Amino acid sequence: MESLAPIVLSVIAAATPLLFAAMGELVVEKSGVLNLGVEGMMLGGAVVAFIVGVETGNGMLAAAAGAAMGMALAFLFAIMVLGLLANQVATGLALTLFGIGLSALLGRGYVGTPLPALPKLYVPGLTDIPVLGPIFFGQDGLVYLSIVLSGAVAWFLYRSRAGLILRSVGENPSAAHAIGYPVIRIRLLAVLFGGAMAGLGGAFLSLSYTPMWAEAMTAGRGWIALALVVFATWQPGKVLLGAYLFGGLTLAQLHLQSMGIIHIPSQFLNMTPYLATIVVLVVISRDAARIRLNAPASIGKVFHPDG
Amino acid sequence: MRDVTKRFPGCVANDHVSLDLERGEIHALLGENGAGKSTLVKILYGVQHADSGRILWEGEEVEIANPAAARTLGIGMVFQHFSLFETLSVADNVALALSRGTGRDPALVAEIKRLSNEYGLALDPDRIVYELSVGERQRVEIVRCLMQDPKLIIMDEPTSVLTPAEVDKLFDVLRRLKADGRTVLYISHKLQEIRDLCDRATILRGGKVVDSCDPSQETPNSLAAMMIGRSFDGPKIGKPVHTEDGDALLTVEGLSMEAASPFGTSLKNICLSVRPGEVLGIAGVAGNGQNTLLAALSGERIAQRDDWVRFEGKSIGRVGARGRRDMGIVFVPEERLGHGAVPDLALEENALLSGWGRWKLVRRGLISFSKTREKAEQVISAFGVVSAGSGAAARSLSGGNLQKFIIGREIMQDPKLLIAAQPTWGVDAGSAAAIQTALVDLARSGAGVIVVSQDLDELFTISDRVAVIFDGHLSESRPTHATSAEDVGLLMGGLFETPTEATPA
Repeated sequence: MESLAPIVLSVIAAATPLLFAAMGELVVEKSGVLNLGVEGMMLGGAVVAFIVGVETGNGMLAAAAGAAMGMALAFLFAIMVLGLLANQVATGLALTLFGIGLSALLGRGYVGTPLPALPKLYVPGLTDIPVLGPIFFGQDGLVYLSIVLSGAVAWFLYRSRAGLILRSVGENPSAAHAIGYPVIRIRLLAVLFGGAMAGLGGAFLSLSYTPMWAEAMTAGRGWIALALVVFATWQPGKVLLGAYLFGGLTLAQLHLQSMGIIHIPSQFLNMTPYLATIVVLVVISRDAARIRLNAPASIGKVFHPDG
Repeated sequence: MRDVTKRFPGCVANDHVSLDLERGEIHALLGENGAGKSTLVKILYGVQHADSGRILWEGEEVEIANPAAARTLGIGMVFQHFSLFETLSVADNVALALSRGTGRDPALVAEIKRLSNEYGLALDPDRIVYELSVGERQRVEIVRCLMQDPKLIIMDEPTSVLTPAEVDKLFDVLRRLKADGRTVLYISHKLQEIRDLCDRATILRGGKVVDSCDPSQETPNSLAAMMIGRSFDGPKIGKPVHTEDGDALLTVEGLSMEAASPFGTSLKNICLSVRPGEVLGIAGVAGNGQNTLLAALSGERIAQRDDWVRFEGKSIGRVGARGRRDMGIVFVPEERLGHGAVPDLALEENALLSGWGRWKLVRRGLISFSKTREKAEQVISAFGVVSAGSGAAARSLSGGNLQKFIIGREIMQDPKLLIAAQPTWGVDAGSAAAIQTALVDLARSGAGVIVVSQDLDELFTISDRVAVIFDGHLSESRPTHATSAEDVGLLMGGLFETPTEATPA
């Protein structure tokens, strides 16, 4: 039992950056925009959060700066695809490449700089409960934020009027425009929210998960977040499940490698979380009618009000 | 409401158009495709903006900046191409058009139920729109519009997708609205309907108001003449040839096929046959399996068993579209831009794509462009296609002209069987008559023709026999001279026995 708590804690830690990024991208895609720049926005958020963290020592401020950086990169994307009607796929790919380069440049002087991890919550009494205490009451603020925001996203999309409008824009932008909703403005807000969430995911990586900066430290998590959204068929509950499944498998294969019981090349073990997450989500989401119900019909298509 | 006047110089679509609507009337807006009807109502509803001109509402000049402003004034609209959100519930769709709440709001759900009862528009607020039939979807649009308590309701070609029984019901609703003192602006090119329903009509041609009249004092032909600006003759239909005892050209027996998309309709045990020299009409409300049937006939989708489809005695169920074209089966799809023609390619290139095999336009892997151009120009001149020449992009043609080109392209390939889907949908009266005449002429020259259409008038004008498709089942065909539009209308609602062992869906 005693050894369980650290395992659960590391699973949560491995899942949190994905959860941020995927929940943000879910909102973006529900509005009908495909932003493939998640990886770039995460890296931008990670490096800026790290720099602010080192320079100020203030964790909250650092996380906020990371979110702001993600949002700034998303704004660039929005100018291109919403303002100038550029192709969303190409622009998203460019944003990822830009984010990788920019973050490497900004972070040059900070490689190897130590940074104390974000403070963990400590509630006297509660946190001391064995196993459950550290899991529920001993995390840092960003972990709680990721879970609260996931719930908020689900509530927003399926219970609030604003969420209904957002989904209608993703489903049929021409009809939404004909009824009189500002399609471009709604999509802009969704893209900015997605950028902030990706930035927060990156900030969690560089402030808490591995408190350091290294080039391309997201290691493809932005792409996994994108895949999660699609394979979870745009349902917030399944995105949450997928993120935690991925976190758990990442950890399990690391343990397998370190124990060295099974003699499988480590490359295969490294592959398993990616493969298994996708397989599981595909299997639980194979109902074609449900996919149609949840998939935003207009995704990736350029919308022009007079077109 | 009086004196709704609009003037827009400089705008091609509407040239100094003025229109007056009285309280409590059903006013028809008539015109061919591209006459500016849609543009005019979009301006009235605030979707587009006039370059100049004024709108007077209840005697006062108003600015309609967007649809929300139009709704505040009391103008509602039922769109031609439904503007519903398929994956949302009926109540959500209504909520989106109002300025408050979501589909989970109990007061809103109660209001939807009350209104739909009051006007006899049965609706379940919790259903998801994609499950609804076209007629039901239109009810959602109407209820959504009525929820805003509008004084003026704009309806853009509301009957083009309805069965005759549904049309009658819709007209009852519209007359009820009129009795409530509401005004209806009714856009259509179905002349008989306008005569039955409307109090006044304004006719647009080339973006200008050319005439106005009391439609009940006119004949369909005189209305059509006002629309197209010259005297109008219906399609010239040749005498049917005797085909009763001829061998069937195409036979389909026991064909079943899954729909390609989850919301499509699967085919169940389809049987039909066409003889050389006859036109077989297939009626039905959209979404009852027409798309799957057309794909199965054209070869775009291959049947499970080769002998389910036979052509001139040979089993061709597993032959693809290319192979069927080589045998002489040509296909005119419903969607002109994208399926029937590549929008950005020139007409001659579009002719090449469909006709290279039968016209032998390709020799040893090389395209003969001179021959291709010659063929395209022949089609253009033989079918009177108005275009900038064979080099014009397909996209640049009006719907009617492009359809004439596509039909002509297929007919001039000298087919043995032509399959056409909605050949005159959204095509103006003049082009429609030309297309219908060409289809009948093709049959009279000895080819078989299958026409899938929702337009019963059209099917009764051109076909020798008519069958009805409903929920993936096809009824037995009946000679058109021995049946009536009312009977076929009943069949379109599903009131028929399937030929063998009916399997309820």
